[in-house]
Amino acid sequence: MTSKNKWLSAPYTLWSVVFIIIPLCMIFYYGLTDKTGAFTLENIMAIATAEHAKALRLSILLSLISTLLCFLLAYPLAMILANMKVSQHSFIILIFILPMWMNFLLRTLAWQTLLEKNGVINNILTFLHLPNINIINTPYAIILGMVYNFLPFMVLPLYNALSKIDKNVINAARDLGADNVHTFFRIILPLSVPGIISGISMVFVPALTTFVISSLLGGSKILLIGNVIDQEFTQASNWHLGSGLSIVLMLFIILNMIASAVFDKDGEGSML
Amino acid sequence: MRHRNVKNKALLGGIMLLAAAGIAGCGSSGGGKGGQVIVYNWGEYIDPDTIEMFEEETGIEVVYDEFETNEIMYPKVESGAASYDVVCPSDYMISKMIANDMLAELNFDNIPNAKKNIGAQYYEQSKGFDPENQYAIPYCWGTVGILYNKTMVDEPITSWAQLWDEKYADNILMQDSVRDAFMVAEKLNGFSMNTTDPQELETAKNSLIEQKPLVQAYVIDQVRDKMIGNEAAIGVIYSGEAIYTQRENPDLEYVIPEEGTNVWIDSWVILKDAPNKENAEKFIDFMCRGDIAVKNFEYITYSTPNDAARELIEDEDIRNSEIAFPDLSKFNNLETFVYLGEDGDALYNELWKEVKSN
Repeated sequence: MTSKNKWLSAPYTLWSVVFIIIPLCMIFYYGLTDKTGAFTLENIMAIATAEHAKALRLSILLSLISTLLCFLLAYPLAMILANMKVSQHSFIILIFILPMWMNFLLRTLAWQTLLEKNGVINNILTFLHLPNINIINTPYAIILGMVYNFLPFMVLPLYNALSKIDKNVINAARDLGADNVHTFFRIILPLSVPGIISGISMVFVPALTTFVISSLLGGSKILLIGNVIDQEFTQASNWHLGSGLSIVLMLFIILNMIASAVFDKDGEGSML
Repeated sequence: MRHRNVKNKALLGGIMLLAAAGIAGCGSSGGGKGGQVIVYNWGEYIDPDTIEMFEEETGIEVVYDEFETNEIMYPKVESGAASYDVVCPSDYMISKMIANDMLAELNFDNIPNAKKNIGAQYYEQSKGFDPENQYAIPYCWGTVGILYNKTMVDEPITSWAQLWDEKYADNILMQDSVRDAFMVAEKLNGFSMNTTDPQELETAKNSLIEQKPLVQAYVIDQVRDKMIGNEAAIGVIYSGEAIYTQRENPDLEYVIPEEGTNVWIDSWVILKDAPNKENAEKFIDFMCRGDIAVKNFEYITYSTPNDAARELIEDEDIRNSEIAFPDLSKFNNLETFVYLGEDGDALYNELWKEVKSN
């Protein structure tokens, strides 16, 4: 029995070795060595230089704002979905997932076309004699892009956590005299914490590391930590520094995973 | 422009192996009657018909691969994971490849069209990176200049300094690559665009930082679409794109700024360890034929150094176009990029990051 199970997992083991373990080792190898191949911590300490620290701070700020906005938008929606009949909510979830079938790059490029000075939105506003909006190439456009792209990753775990709450618990709260506000803050919100944590990491981590959204919607004027790493690899050809900074970013991801593990012991906040 | 120094080629080979498996596979499996030639060129930088014509005429099979930037091309060729015959790098990258002994000396007897058709002045220009014209045969060339929208400016555009004019705030597009961006600032301040003097670079950096609030976006290929779509009034662009944008939007005009600019040349080279040297010579010779070069010119609109091809251009406006074939003797301070060495590259990248994060 056990040997059969091992055999079945062989393809995945091979996959994770080739595409996860080896690349990870290479990142650590490059990140911890210099051009001559000697061990160094310089590439990791480089995060402290003014430009890198600033890019990291800005990345954290923008992704925190995006995560908060995603949460505020997604929570009510997830509550509505959780209270619907199965036939209705699967349709609405489909509508949410549908755009994700289209390539992420295309969707971000579409926002560029929408937000441009002579873009679709401004043309409509001009036609209606309304003032134009000029957020393209600013941090606001980057936040918009992040919220738009990562919102489904917040909705789904929240919905999952909320729909698992036993209705009897809520009814019991009502029986014992709790009003809606009380029920929400004392029962629903605490019980959905695993979903909240999962949603936050599903949004915060990709937002923190993105470089496509910031270069397409920020006009390459706003340097996020993802852009720095991208440039080290593709322009400066400094794989050592790029890898070193990637290791720093990994620390944030690990912190996030620890938080998830602490708050979500039963894996309730998983995606579906 | 920039490069990476990887001592551990085994590791690098690991990554390249996957990427190059396709080409390497073709390499071992023979080819047409006349063997094969493996070509590594810029994306969309050739009329595909000319490759087919070459295959039909010579029976040599062409294995064709494309790269996006010199910086992506270099490590792939250097690692040797994919064995190419013919590559088409830019000026400064050729000097770097010569410095690292990666190129084969050319035998011009086997490439008669190269001497016959390519204008002498282009070989002269090439001496900046290939001092004895031993390694490179010019394929395309051009300038970098300002593309502006006649309806959005009310004065003649003649100078890089106008990219610093507050009138055009949020209407300026800059190139999003370190050497191109610094070239503009260096020419503005009257420096060489190949300077590695820390003082001069500091000044150039401060100019770029000063300009940043006025810049709408730093872009590469998108400058084309944005200018066509009237998104910006002035932008820095490669001359080869200018003809295309003018076709799409007649309000656009291209100018070489009076402070001088970058004259770049992309050239065919043969790699030192090319497996099919003879076929590589035949391929380059074929591409230097007037009738073939004119086909390529009409397809990609980048200026051809091929005099025979220029004769064959039917449209007189294009044949005498100041954009495609400027009289370079009229301009001051034209320069060609040279390789700055590892430290020079690192310094530029560091300063560029400071500009970007400011």
